[in-house]
Amino acid sequence: MSDRIKFILGKIPLHVVIILLCLVWITPTVGLLVASFRPRQDVVQSGWWVAFAPRKVAGQDVYEKYLAPYYGPDGKAVEGVDLSDPELIGQFRRSIELTAFLREQMEEGKIQLEEMPDPQEMADLLTYLRQLSGAGSAASRPRFTINNYVDAVVGYSGRANYIESCVEGDPAEDDACLGTGLTSERGMATAFLNSLWVAIPATILPILFASLAAYAFSWLDFKGRQWLFVILVALQIVPLQMTLIPIYRIYAKAGLTGTFLGVWLFHTGFGLPYAIYLIRNFLGGLPKDLFESAYLDGASHWTAFYRLAIPLSVPALASLAIFQFLWVWNDLLVALVFLGGQTPVLTWQINSLVGRFTGMHLQTAAAFVSIILPMLVFFAMQRFFVRGLLAGAVKG
Amino acid sequence: MAAPKGQVPAIMKQAGHAPWLYLAPALLIMLFFVVYPTVNTIYLSFLDTEGEQSAAITCQEGQPCWGPFENYRHALTDETMLLAFRNNLLWIILMVSGTTALGLIIAVLVDRVKYEPLAKAVIFLPMAISFVGASVIWNYVYDYQAQGNQIGLLNAIVTALGLGPVPWTTTGPWINNVALIIVGVWMWTGFCMTILSAALKSVPEELLEAARIDGATEWMVFWKILVPIIAPTITVVLTTMTVNVLKIFDIVYVMGKGQPGTQVIATRMYIEQFNKSNSGLSSAIAIILILAVLPIGYINIQRFREQEAMR
Repeated sequence: MSDRIKFILGKIPLHVVIILLCLVWITPTVGLLVASFRPRQDVVQSGWWVAFAPRKVAGQDVYEKYLAPYYGPDGKAVEGVDLSDPELIGQFRRSIELTAFLREQMEEGKIQLEEMPDPQEMADLLTYLRQLSGAGSAASRPRFTINNYVDAVVGYSGRANYIESCVEGDPAEDDACLGTGLTSERGMATAFLNSLWVAIPATILPILFASLAAYAFSWLDFKGRQWLFVILVALQIVPLQMTLIPIYRIYAKAGLTGTFLGVWLFHTGFGLPYAIYLIRNFLGGLPKDLFESAYLDGASHWTAFYRLAIPLSVPALASLAIFQFLWVWNDLLVALVFLGGQTPVLTWQINSLVGRFTGMHLQTAAAFVSIILPMLVFFAMQRFFVRGLLAGAVKG
Repeated sequence: MAAPKGQVPAIMKQAGHAPWLYLAPALLIMLFFVVYPTVNTIYLSFLDTEGEQSAAITCQEGQPCWGPFENYRHALTDETMLLAFRNNLLWIILMVSGTTALGLIIAVLVDRVKYEPLAKAVIFLPMAISFVGASVIWNYVYDYQAQGNQIGLLNAIVTALGLGPVPWTTTGPWINNVALIIVGVWMWTGFCMTILSAALKSVPEELLEAARIDGATEWMVFWKILVPIIAPTITVVLTTMTVNVLKIFDIVYVMGKGQPGTQVIATRMYIEQFNKSNSGLSSAIAIILILAVLPIGYINIQRFREQEAMR
């Protein structure tokens, strides 16, 4: 029994190290996630961890120190002066007016203060009284809100937020309402659809062409088969940057800049060497007899390809599809060069938000809009993901 | 040569033209999008900013001139480029060793606990996030306010310890680069961990047990048995990461916006082409990049041939 306890105790440092590492790894993401749900003023005023701290009502301590002994905790203890009356508190526009009021109260003998609150305390006191009476709404911000997400999705970048300004309020009063909405080209909704529309064909096309070529490489004989494949292995390391300039020049001449077709083709060309390599490694590992007997039974190459090779290589194709999809979805460089701001994808849109100091709250939400899909794909298909990785992920 | 001849069933040798029909779409697209641009970039690297005349015409009197290699002179001697080379080197040294070492340590540690899949998922998760998304996440961690509340976690910790806040992403010459490299390590450690973990699991348990019974400490088991056995996999991880890091672009481009102090080769190339419209210099930088990854391409081919020989 004591051995067992020793064993468990001995493992404690191990658990501590692992849990610490995991915490370090997950905290940055969690922090941004929390921040993305905070009101925009809070995002730039205090760290995300403050969202969980007990709320300190500004000025409450000042009130308790100076006024509570006379007016009571609810502000109603002195007859004829009701500090919880919004009409009374509403009169005090600035803290200096509250100071004057308190002086008056002292002269009337209703309160006896040894010293007046200093200007900072007075400001806090006014904030507290406004909250107590309900005369001001500024203090009663919710802890969490989905406004950042709404604003990011519809492309609202004004001083207020989309729901209050453009839906509940009068859109004519806020210039930033112009051109907002689910179809706004400044919004993440449009960018999300653009990203999908870029990524789906850019995933299907290379896999389609690659499986055809991989079939030839693994089960057909032709002159130069080995050499061609060695060249393919070498092509995998060609940096994307290498191909950008010539293609950019050709696209500019052919009018393909800014078109989806141009991006699909580029991603296809660039994804092919790795895709062929991966599928060939898988197909080539299938038993030879399988194909031999299919041919002996009179199957054509085409039948052997789409009845035998394709169904059998579904796991490899799935791994590849996940990789290619995430690669295209997360790509910024190709989108910057070939799509730009006319057809903004998610990465482009977020990049354009970064560095604008007014848009911190939009950045946080926009980042998560772009992360949601990869996360779902990752959790739903972790098995394929890891398998694809192990098959030799040299990409980029 | 690569695959043994007998691998293809005899009956398929009468394929005729069929193989080329299967290969044609892929080969044509790769020819146009990978092979041609590579050759064209080499050509452009010897031409002027517009890609029309020899680069020699950009030479200025009284300045050193390398004739048609003028773009290479700029790419190899300009101060901004030297800085980019230095930064890229720093990236390679810190990020390749960081991701590999951390990946290996985590793989070894989580192998001993029951919640291994969960811990691995947490470490691996950043791989699914885009570089742009990661940049937003880390910009927020590194946030710097000269005074008042720190909203960035790192500076909040630093100030809570009684020290002054640090503008992490703009303090050169080392802190800003290291801050960006940490983001890279955060993203890619999961990749290294996954590959190394699979290799560790293939090491026979009896081997380790035998060593332990013979009195070997865990430390010795790790260095004398585990590491030598998985050495080939470690090499794969090191080379793959080196290629990845050489081409690093997004993190630097998004997080290091407008800062010359953090530029790397790939961002220099992008800026020369798309901000300064100097396709000659940009192409020369691209060629330097591919020359840098070439040795690794060679290693990959060697490894591929070894694998094929074993099939």
